[in-house]
Amino acid sequence: MSKIQQDITQALDCIKSGDTVLVGGFGLIGAPLTLIDGLTERDVNELTIVSNNLGESGKGLGILLNQNKIKKGIGSYFTSNRDVGDKYQNGEIELELLPQGTLAESLRAGGAGLGGYYTTTGVGTDLAIGKEEREIDGISYILEKAIRADVALIRAHKADTLGNLVYYKTARNFNPLMATAAKTVIVEVDEIVEAGELNPEEVVTPFIYIDTIVKAQQVLTKEGVVTV
Amino acid sequence: MTVQLNKSEMQHAIAERVAQELEGPCIVNLGIGIPTLVAEYMTEDNIYLHTENGLLGVTDVDDEAIDPNLVNAGKMPVGEAVGASFFNSSDSFAMIRGGHVDVAILGALQTDENGVIANWAVPGKNIMGVGGAMDLLVGAKKVFVTMSHTSKDGSSKLLKKCTYPITSTRQVDMIFTELAVFKVTDGQLKLVDLMPGVTIEEVREKTEAAFTE
Repeated sequence: MSKIQQDITQALDCIKSGDTVLVGGFGLIGAPLTLIDGLTERDVNELTIVSNNLGESGKGLGILLNQNKIKKGIGSYFTSNRDVGDKYQNGEIELELLPQGTLAESLRAGGAGLGGYYTTTGVGTDLAIGKEEREIDGISYILEKAIRADVALIRAHKADTLGNLVYYKTARNFNPLMATAAKTVIVEVDEIVEAGELNPEEVVTPFIYIDTIVKAQQVLTKEGVVTV
Repeated sequence: MTVQLNKSEMQHAIAERVAQELEGPCIVNLGIGIPTLVAEYMTEDNIYLHTENGLLGVTDVDDEAIDPNLVNAGKMPVGEAVGASFFNSSDSFAMIRGGHVDVAILGALQTDENGVIANWAVPGKNIMGVGGAMDLLVGAKKVFVTMSHTSKDGSSKLLKKCTYPITSTRQVDMIFTELAVFKVTDGQLKLVDLMPGVTIEEVREKTEAAFTE
């Protein structure tokens, strides 16, 4: 069965209210803008969104935030969208802040079947409160749990028809990690090529992780987000 | 007579002074703000810039060559140097935590007299972002901090003890302000340089933290 899906809404059919959803991107860079836009059309709420940021004000995940569909955000830098602060102040959203490297490694661990890992990052700070601390060979670490999710929405540059992926410049960021850490993974890409057209040495995400491929309809340009 | 610098001139003066401390070959990670300006003053060829969103080999970029998908940690457009590479966020932070980055240059809100810094949260305000600051502090071989010496009300930001939440228990290696440069050795601040036109009396007056001269 082909993984390629023409209908964005249908591709997103797997997302249910209350799900945990990984969303790729560093701000809008490398964010799956078409899939996020599709999600704003769907009647789902109480979502837990794992993403470095919650978009920008009124852009990307910021639209979903303003629709009150997000119950909880897990990320490292919510400062880039001022609406998050307002919602948090009003008790309309829960937030879990993680150091950026911890967010990345927790996704990697989740995808690799690990329960968690010990890291020096955050030891002795407010972000270590409530986390197990342990000394290994004379160095203090805290335990961070792996992150796994129901669905991942990611962005790549090219897919082949099997779902092998290559990325583009700094739009790669969290996307290859998120591809590994969810039950269902949907990728949006600029271009779909035949299997065999991508150099196996250059494939970054092997197709084993990918369930559904869609063509990007919303892309980030110098002029902002445009529909193609 | 002291020449009064405006804020931008002050920031550039700090950045220029930091650049003098960088010796190649080395890998440097630049934070947002004053640290970003350091790149303008680096004279050595074999200094490579790492940005935590996934690029080793950052350069500046001409306006006509700007690519919206090629940015630094501050989401500003950048270029790629000869020999550059892209990688995912987990690999990027493995480089940082794993001790493969030689120098991290970060901004700070406060520094204490042992060289512990606070740069991610302000009490009484919502804690909304931390980014890569905690990872860089635990992992970089050396950490240089740039900051303004005093707050708007004139009070020292180099304190006996930070009043804001600390970013790490790790002590930084050097502190650069518009007034002076300090080295941190064994948890003690030592004044190593005065910025042009600044007197030792002014530094003493505006510094709460203990330091040796």
